[in-house]
Amino acid sequence: MMPFRTRRPSIFRPQKPIDQSVLAENRLLVDDINRRNVLRGAISLGALTLLTGCDVSENESVQKALRTVSSWNDRVQAAIFRTNHLAPTFSPAQVVKPPRFNAYYDIEDVKPVDGATWKLELAGRIADKRPWTAQQIYQLPEQELIIRHICVEGWDYIGQWSGPNLRAFLERVGADLTAKYVYFICADDFTESIDMACALHPQTILATKYADEIIADPFGYPLRLRTSTKLGYKNAKWIKAIEVSNEFRETFWSKQGENWFAGI
Amino acid sequence: MSTPAVKSISRKERRLHPLPLRIMHWINAVAIFIMIGSGWRIYNDSVIFGWLHFPDGVVIGKWAQYGLQWHFFGMWIFVINGLIYLTYGVATGRFRQKLFPISLREFLATVGDALRFRLSHDDLTIYNAVQKILYLGIMLIGILIVITGLCLWKPVQFSELAGLFYNFQTIRLIHFLCMSAIVAFVAVHVALALLVPQSLIAMLTGGPIVVDKARGAVQPATETEATH
Repeated sequence: MMPFRTRRPSIFRPQKPIDQSVLAENRLLVDDINRRNVLRGAISLGALTLLTGCDVSENESVQKALRTVSSWNDRVQAAIFRTNHLAPTFSPAQVVKPPRFNAYYDIEDVKPVDGATWKLELAGRIADKRPWTAQQIYQLPEQELIIRHICVEGWDYIGQWSGPNLRAFLERVGADLTAKYVYFICADDFTESIDMACALHPQTILATKYADEIIADPFGYPLRLRTSTKLGYKNAKWIKAIEVSNEFRETFWSKQGENWFAGI
Repeated sequence: MSTPAVKSISRKERRLHPLPLRIMHWINAVAIFIMIGSGWRIYNDSVIFGWLHFPDGVVIGKWAQYGLQWHFFGMWIFVINGLIYLTYGVATGRFRQKLFPISLREFLATVGDALRFRLSHDDLTIYNAVQKILYLGIMLIGILIVITGLCLWKPVQFSELAGLFYNFQTIRLIHFLCMSAIVAFVAVHVALALLVPQSLIAMLTGGPIVVDKARGAVQPATETEATH
């Protein structure tokens, strides 16, 4: 067996080489130690990833900081919002039928709204608070939108929605258009709100129809919001009341930590 | 007599990685870590490839909304730091000096050397053609991932930009592929930094002293030395 050699003789190196048989005898042990080091390295690497997996996001102060950034992002989104800039629209041939279901529960758990007894209540900074029946709403001029629905999860589809324009409706009932927020209170205890700029956007409607037919139960019958400038979850379904307000209140999704503005 | 001479040289001396650059590098490392971990969490909510889910152990954020919170926090660090870095690289001439010119012949030769494990690491201050292409490439990928990110975040507000791509899912796919390229780059980058530890140390301490080529003309002797 070859003795150990260095390029330059070192004063620290003994003149007589070490007996290599010691190493040979303990080869297994040495290998084992090396293997353990590799293991230890792997474990600490795993621990590092676990640090993220165990989720510091749930830590209260971390969550507070992240939500502060999220509120800051709300302001940035409001600042870059183009009030009359239109989202791309599509042809009826591109429409997906039926639309894709989205809610915080499964489609089987949808509790249909009885359209005969249903009324749309109005609240807050609105002059004429008389409730509306479905039939009254169907009498209003309709606007059709063939726009892309984008879900925060990442999926999207093209849908064809029609119903009264929200701005026209708010003007008709004498809402304070200088107020900050429009709230939608829904039959399934869901609440969402949008900023007034979005409410007044030309592509924001109170949809009653999908692909020229009355919206089916899972998709918001009898009345839902459809706006081209917000993520899917902001488009409240089964609306039972609309409130105009200057007061900011957390909504269903913003309480869960989702971004409130959710503009696209 | 020698004191003023040393002083005048030291004023022209620069480290391979000046302090601002090292700070930006490590801020970027943290930002990339946040963006990739949280991006994987967001991806899991609606996967592009049915066979690919990122395990909970490697994603940032237990729930999707936490992943989104991290992503839209990290984006500010990544973009602001990245813009400062690009401005710095152009303004100081660092990009021009380190990354250009790129010769195809040198590129092929370097690839050949690398395949035969004959790459020289003696001089950290000079980037070989493969390094130049990889560093430039990853910068372009970084710009593309920000552009596609903006299009995913604001496909309506930036509809003119988003309109350059085929559709929303195409933008998602490109954003994902850019991420994959960055992950591959980081894997090679970290592996090489560990194989050539002096390069890792240089990114912490600044590395060897180099003579600024732009000012080097004043010191022809030193410059000749540096280019050898």
